Amino acid sequence: MKYLIIGNSAAAIGAAEAIRKNDKGNPVIIISDEPHRVYSRPLISYLLAGLVTEDRMYYRDENFYKDNNIETIFDKRVTGVDVKKRQALLEDKKRIDYDRLLIATGGTPFVPPIKGKERKNVYTFTKWKDAENIIKLTTTPPFTKEGRGGIKKAVVIGAGMIGIKAVEGLHAVGVDVTVVELASEVLSRALDKDASRIVQRRMEDAGIEVITSNEVIEITGRGDLASGVVLRDKKKIKCDLVIIAIGVIPNTGFLKESGIKINRGIVVDEKMETNIKGVYAAGDVAEALNIITGEKMPIPIWPLAQRQGAIAGDNMSGGDSVYKGGFPMNSIEFPGVPTISMGITDPRGEGYESFIKNDSANGNYKRIILKDNKIVGAILVGDDIDRAGILTGLIKEQTPVTAFKDKLLDRNFGFVHLPKDLRKEKLEKMV
Amino acid sequence: MKIVYPKEEVCMACRLCEVACITEHSRSKDTIKAYKKEKPAPLSRTLVEEIFPGLSVSVNCRHCSDAPCIEACITGAMHRKPDGRVVVNEYKCVGCWMCVMACPFGAIKRNQYKIEGQGARGKGQGLKIKLSSKCDLCPDRSIPACVEACPNRVMAYEERN
Repeated sequence: MKYLIIGNSAAAIGAAEAIRKNDKGNPVIIISDEPHRVYSRPLISYLLAGLVTEDRMYYRDENFYKDNNIETIFDKRVTGVDVKKRQALLEDKKRIDYDRLLIATGGTPFVPPIKGKERKNVYTFTKWKDAENIIKLTTTPPFTKEGRGGIKKAVVIGAGMIGIKAVEGLHAVGVDVTVVELASEVLSRALDKDASRIVQRRMEDAGIEVITSNEVIEITGRGDLASGVVLRDKKKIKCDLVIIAIGVIPNTGFLKESGIKINRGIVVDEKMETNIKGVYAAGDVAEALNIITGEKMPIPIWPLAQRQGAIAGDNMSGGDSVYKGGFPMNSIEFPGVPTISMGITDPRGEGYESFIKNDSANGNYKRIILKDNKIVGAILVGDDIDRAGILTGLIKEQTPVTAFKDKLLDRNFGFVHLPKDLRKEKLEKMV
Repeated sequence: MKIVYPKEEVCMACRLCEVACITEHSRSKDTIKAYKKEKPAPLSRTLVEEIFPGLSVSVNCRHCSDAPCIEACITGAMHRKPDGRVVVNEYKCVGCWMCVMACPFGAIKRNQYKIEGQGARGKGQGLKIKLSSKCDLCPDRSIPACVEACPNRVMAYEERN
């Protein structure tokens, strides 16, 4: 039995650790197109901001692969999978055999066909290398008249999760930032309008220019170097750096000819197995169940990648685990405004009930969204994030909240508000 | 494994468990110094929830066998010790609050304070530290401080099924 894992982030490591619980001896190989041992991609904005040193980027310690008897092939791209011969093809034409394969290749930044996107100093922001390149630019003093190095002004395209992280990182090192968002609000997929406005106001207070309901249609330049952007309304903004942070899409390009079924992401069953026996997928690349909507969709978040990886790994090595599904949730903090949101945050259609406490003057906001007397979504901004996890638990377990729904907005909402039986069940038994 | 279980019927909301927890997790291990002098002041890792009068219960980490906080942690800071305890490696924690979002018991607190100093790349005075803070079952003691401090023996440190 030979296990092969393509990818080296949350899902891959979750799988490798699960395999090693069941099978200590058989070969496990991890292939990554990056030169690094496993690190945390969400930390690249912290690296850029100078909030962590390089040694804090790593998700597992140096000896992780050796201690777990895992072979690694780093800095090599997989260009295809031959499911008949059970081989992965590498960019250098090498073939790696497998008996069980996990595809955990994550997401890849979506870059729309903006004119001038191939210019220098235009980056996406999802990998260590991106942060490294931007750090180099922001820390090198100018050494040409054109201002290469010594970045003073940046335009970030997209005010979603990744865009906001890029803004935060650049702002922290003293770069002047304008962010351009197509939607009418920042973080529009994670928050509702009122919550978005709190975040946007805080960004503007910090000196960041936020432009919404607009888009960059061209990246202009001097020679091959980006020197500005043109917006849909013809407005021009000068800059020395452009970051495209519109979103990520499942990284499945190399599987086109493989016969592995791909919809929006790789289609998997509840065992995280694809349509090809012995081939599994997990993490941002996979399309698994959203328990709130009942649909299968990629939900690119760390906790679900970790869980799906662990389930795939267990099933690959003789276990019998079932993925019960997940739902989107995110914790993002623009300095001074922590936000946590989960599930459905922008309910459309019939049957939803919202409870809202809007204290935007103090930067606090709480909204709980119910359907059929169960929580299906929540938005928390400011101090209200403190016990957010209780809501996560109530969503996950689809607990009817009829008996205590008038208490959900309380600053101190907690177990004392739950029915006694439920509370005792939760607090007085082993979990 | 042994963890701390509360019994709401006998809880008096005296919050001595919180006091004991703060003291135990202070540098001086002295209540008055911990409250009045230590900066940052330690947080209690157990929280007495209360509806006055009559109902109160002390809630802390269940050290779940399948811990959502560990899978949510983006840095690997939240981890399980060989003895089963779920604890935070403060060197790795960046205060992203993913664990706060994930913990179904709301048992993880945000510990935030400012220190003098510089960021990794020499930026900024008065650095803001953000750390997750949670029950570690008092590794230096045979019985957790909250259990020992409870005057009404509400808190049980034991193994249950």
